[in-house]
Amino acid sequence: MSLVQIDNVSRIYQTGEVQVKALQDVTLSIDEASFVTFVGPSGSGKTTMLNLIGCLDKPTKGKVFIGKEQVDTFDRRQRAAFRGSTLGFIFQAFNLFQVLTAYENVEYPLVMIKNESISKRNGKVLKVLESVGMLDQKDKFPDQLSGGQKQRVAVARALVTQPKLVLADEPTANLDKKSAVNVIRLMRAMRDEFKTTFIFSTHDPGVMEEAEVIHTLEDGKLV
Amino acid sequence: MIRIFKIALRNLMRYKRRTLLTSMLITLGLLMVILFSGLAGSFKEMMIGQITDSNLAHMQIHKKGYVSSIDTSPLNLIINQKGYKTLEKVLKENPDVEAYSPRIKLSAMLSNYTETTNVRLNAIDPKTEIKVCPNVSERMKFSGGQIPDILLKPGEIIIPEKLAAGLKIKTGDSVVLVANNKDGSVNGLNFTVAGIIESILGPQGKEGYMHIKDAQSLLRMGKPEIIEIALRIKEFDKLDDVYADLESALAKFKNEKGKAVFEIHTWEKLSPFVNIANMIDLMTISMKLIMIAIVLISILNVMMMSVYERIREIGTMSAIGTAPGKIMGLFLAEGLSLGFISVLTGNIIGIFGIYILNIYKIRYAFGRQENILLSPTISFSELAWVSAIVLVISVFATLQPAYKASRMEPVDALGHV
Ligand SMILES: Nc1ncnc2c1ncn2[C@@H]1O[C@H](COP(=O)(O)OP(=O)(O)OP(=O)(O)O)[C@@H](O)[C@H]1O
Ligand SMILES: [Mg+2]
Repeated sequence: MSLVQIDNVSRIYQTGEVQVKALQDVTLSIDEASFVTFVGPSGSGKTTMLNLIGCLDKPTKGKVFIGKEQVDTFDRRQRAAFRGSTLGFIFQAFNLFQVLTAYENVEYPLVMIKNESISKRNGKVLKVLESVGMLDQKDKFPDQLSGGQKQRVAVARALVTQPKLVLADEPTANLDKKSAVNVIRLMRAMRDEFKTTFIFSTHDPGVMEEAEVIHTLEDGKLV
Repeated sequence: MIRIFKIALRNLMRYKRRTLLTSMLITLGLLMVILFSGLAGSFKEMMIGQITDSNLAHMQIHKKGYVSSIDTSPLNLIINQKGYKTLEKVLKENPDVEAYSPRIKLSAMLSNYTETTNVRLNAIDPKTEIKVCPNVSERMKFSGGQIPDILLKPGEIIIPEKLAAGLKIKTGDSVVLVANNKDGSVNGLNFTVAGIIESILGPQGKEGYMHIKDAQSLLRMGKPEIIEIALRIKEFDKLDDVYADLESALAKFKNEKGKAVFEIHTWEKLSPFVNIANMIDLMTISMKLIMIAIVLISILNVMMMSVYERIREIGTMSAIGTAPGKIMGLFLAEGLSLGFISVLTGNIIGIFGIYILNIYKIRYAFGRQENILLSPTISFSELAWVSAIVLVISVFATLQPAYKASRMEPVDALGHV
């Protein structure tokens, strides 16, 4: 069954006189619980694609469906709420909150977005921290963790709300080869454990190999 | 909510030096206000007490029109015996009036048999005067240095020190007073100088004192008449209320033409010192405005920097679905916490400072009086007010940066390096 449906989508950036066609008439669908990557040269439209699926941006033309929702019609507030309830995000530069410990970073979406009570969230946080293998580091602050460890915490933060879909734009670009492959394998293990759909982008052929479905973009078009 | 403040406080601690500097600046502004209000308030209170307790009394009642022509000490605007009885009744009925005392103000010629000069005199009933102006004898010097049980006996006069020096008069000397009465006829009487009075600032500051009975015979009043009633109220803080009560009570007395017969004034209308008191209030308000400006500018500055430094973090919060209102709340909590920390330290140091000033009492001279103790005080409500202002301004100053943070587009904010 398909979770994401991209229907004839274009995204055109207008900067002054210049028009950049970041995506042109792309149509594709992504299955539930699949492990998908977008690859392609720099400027080919990978980030643009992930931003559209991640409800961070709106297409210039075309429709985007996630589950039953047509998300391209959402306004700012609806998109924020949808991201909080249905999506998870992993970033290239980890983007953990500096002032929060690993535990508190993972807890953040439950407190600040889902407003869950302490008793409910404590078990969830510990469970997901254990799944990513960071339970013993839970009281450390981000600057006391290595890059690979930070990204593990970030994966835990993305998964703690049990989202349908996790988006990761170049999640391994700031990691060494070994950590990169480890993080991708962790993500796939999480997909197996939680049945969460993962969509990520990468330049790294070693990382690409780990994906089950590979979409290649070139000049804003699928090839 | 607790989490929001926890994050806010940790973010403040992240930039320790900046937070410390800002809160020190705000603390300083707050301290300035607390200490200045304490000192100025105590100075003002002391000054008003000096004026009202030694000479002016809290309020004065006259025949209508007297105060506007006070410089000529008019003798035609008198309160006759019947009028005095009427006024006594009103004053006795008012529970807030502590005491009242009749007076005659006159100007006369004073002679030591070789030279003659003009003098303004306050003719009083010493028994009641001391109740209205408890410190009336403070500026006076008597022969032997002791203050007599009865300030003035009939036949005695207390003269201003400048005049005594000019005419080389000492206590115990005999002088002649010559005065015109309201019909223009002249009368003279002999007096003994019982004391010398130091002058203070203001029109009443160079008056001599005599007994009211002597003034009545000097002015050849058939029946005893008076010029003014000085009165003291029980609680000085209720001045305006008591004044309003008495004013409306006096307004009932009208002459045949339907015009009011009497007028009543508070010390504020009778003394130029009210301008100094107002000036002190104005300075206190200015201090508060400066403090508000300090709080506003420093918090706005810090919070704008905070937002700018954390654009990527804001982008992350927004991307993972934090509602704009929550993001705004985070920054507001940060501004409020910064204000709160400053208020706390400001209050602690301020109260401590006032305590210290009260231990090492400040002595200073006011007018002719030296060694007046200044004991600054500040009321709890004043502290609460000033603190509340700081907190409100802290939130107000944070509104714009916080709103800006909440409106950021996650894609733009995440791309920001
Ligand atoms: N905000 C923007 N304004 C204008 N043009 C943009 C903007 N964002 C992206 N583009 C352009 O759109 C095209 C696609 O960009 P995109 O970031 O999606 O590429 P990418 O595949 O993620 O590249 P990279 O591998 O370097 O991250 C590029 O030509 C880029 O210059
Ligand atoms: Mg990209």
